[in-house]
Amino acid sequence: MSVELRGVSRRGLLTAGVSGLAGVAVGAPITAAAESNTEPDLRAPFGTDVVPFHGAHQAGIDTPAQAFATFAAFDLLPEVDQGGLIRLMRLWTGNAERLTQGRPALADTDPELARQPARLTITVGVGPGFLAAAGLDDAPSWLRPLPEFGVDRLEETWSGGDLAVQVCSDDPVAISHAMRMLSKDARTFAEVRWVQRGFRHASGSTPAGATPRNLMGQLDGTSNGTPGTPEFDAQVWIRDGPDWLIGGTSLVLRRIRIELEEWDLVSRLGKEETIGRRLTDGAPLTGDDEHDEPDFDAVNDIGFTVIPDWSHIRRARPDDPGQRIFRRSYNYDEGPAPDGHARTGMVFASFQADVDAQFVPIQRRLDELDLLNTYTTPIGSAVFAVLPGCEPGGWLGEALLG
Amino acid sequence: MTIAPTPARTPRRRRRLAYTGGLALAGLVVAACGSDDDTSSTNNAETVDTTLDGGGLRIDEPWVKAADDGMTAAFGVFVNDGPDDIRIVDATTSSSPVMELHEVVVTDGQPAMREKDGGFVVPAGSEHLLEPGADHLMLMDVVEPILPGADVEFVLTLEDGATFEFTAQAKEFSGADEEYIPGEGGHGDDGHGGAPDDDHGSDEEEVHDDER
Repeated sequence: MSVELRGVSRRGLLTAGVSGLAGVAVGAPITAAAESNTEPDLRAPFGTDVVPFHGAHQAGIDTPAQAFATFAAFDLLPEVDQGGLIRLMRLWTGNAERLTQGRPALADTDPELARQPARLTITVGVGPGFLAAAGLDDAPSWLRPLPEFGVDRLEETWSGGDLAVQVCSDDPVAISHAMRMLSKDARTFAEVRWVQRGFRHASGSTPAGATPRNLMGQLDGTSNGTPGTPEFDAQVWIRDGPDWLIGGTSLVLRRIRIELEEWDLVSRLGKEETIGRRLTDGAPLTGDDEHDEPDFDAVNDIGFTVIPDWSHIRRARPDDPGQRIFRRSYNYDEGPAPDGHARTGMVFASFQADVDAQFVPIQRRLDELDLLNTYTTPIGSAVFAVLPGCEPGGWLGEALLG
Repeated sequence: MTIAPTPARTPRRRRRLAYTGGLALAGLVVAACGSDDDTSSTNNAETVDTTLDGGGLRIDEPWVKAADDGMTAAFGVFVNDGPDDIRIVDATTSSSPVMELHEVVVTDGQPAMREKDGGFVVPAGSEHLLEPGADHLMLMDVVEPILPGADVEFVLTLEDGATFEFTAQAKEFSGADEEYIPGEGGHGDDGHGGAPDDDHGSDEEEVHDDER
């Protein structure tokens, strides 16, 4: 992916000789040229991997999900106006375009912490309060709190926000440093409303592209779309809407507590029927392979559907192919409570072009009937408009504020 | 210290320096800088002004400490791709009627800043680092608040009269305050008056050309 030149000292370059210089010219790894046969290869497997920052879309959405994520929401201070928002977004853009490429932030007080981005991405979204502060009323209709669902037990401390950032990396140290730089620059403009940290399998722990397991033990995300396909593009990227959001998307972030003590009471068969898939390999109860299409009409000996009508995959599956969302969720684990009970769950994140047309109908069906509801409780909820990407010289939100 | 409104202190004479020698070396230097900053040319268009007014001079990662009033400072890395040393002798900005080129020296165990004799020298094919606690461009009297995230424009004058312009983004920065305290009140005159040629002279410029 990226050619690693960062660890090479100028002295090393000077001693590399002609072949080393040629290597620089064509962008080949010169570490080997300078140090062949004399030094062990000290390069880390993925610490210096980078994801491009610039482009039509922000990174961190169609990027293969990194192992770790921190989501943070901010409330703007009352006095912040459009000029302040411009300055904030230019500061954040400057941080993001440097840190994601493994370079220290401007005025970085701990520049060494920037050197292993490990596919760091920084993705910025705005809430209704952001547009209000800018004096703009050009918000898409879906940019508002989700409708109330019967299953919700929402807590204010995990909900809402004027501005949000998703920071992902395969190295949590990179996330910590990036969050430090971003929140430090935000202090003049906003207060932190909430922070949610999540994790998946560590990089290299499972095969690339494998569906991850959530903390209920299920393979979670089997039917997710595939980035780069026309279906994904139509599902995720905004093509119709306010000009400032073309190329952007929406983020629905839900903090979903898992009632693991209840889940423990369920038999293995019961767990599989709850979701409609086998725990071992994620195959639908009617199939042999994870990616087999579920057969919702198949019945067993006594005439019941093999995949129960109240199972999660039956209820989540839309009749309308337009009702698809792209999930990019993370587990959370706050450690056991004093009584030893689990405090785990999911930082559910979904991206879709239109919250009302895609997310809400699915969630309505799940709210009406889904056995998984017994074991999961949404305790936080927020909706953000994810800004389109920017090109070199530009900044996030320029089409909105510039 | 008296603050006088500053008429244009620098002649805005512009010219370009050209050279033909040392191409191979220059190429090496560019490539070597690229090892650290290989993305800056594409990623930083809004903050790095690579105007050629100063010949082979450029500044990487320029920033200025946000301030409501009083004194503040600008930092960055001067890079000289040319074959000759470049001496920066003066700086101006519309954000402060008076600017000075400062160094930080330890006096009686305390860091103190003072005007640097002869300005900053960026050696040929090398760099000169401005950072908190070391050399910096000092804004002596901020006339209107420099807000975090705002752009501040600077014009440097080189020894030969050429000028070099760049834009620095303002960052809220809580460090390096110790510099400002001892200098307050008569700091300027005190600084250069008592600073004969010593080992802070320009010839001994430390060159941060490695391990940056």
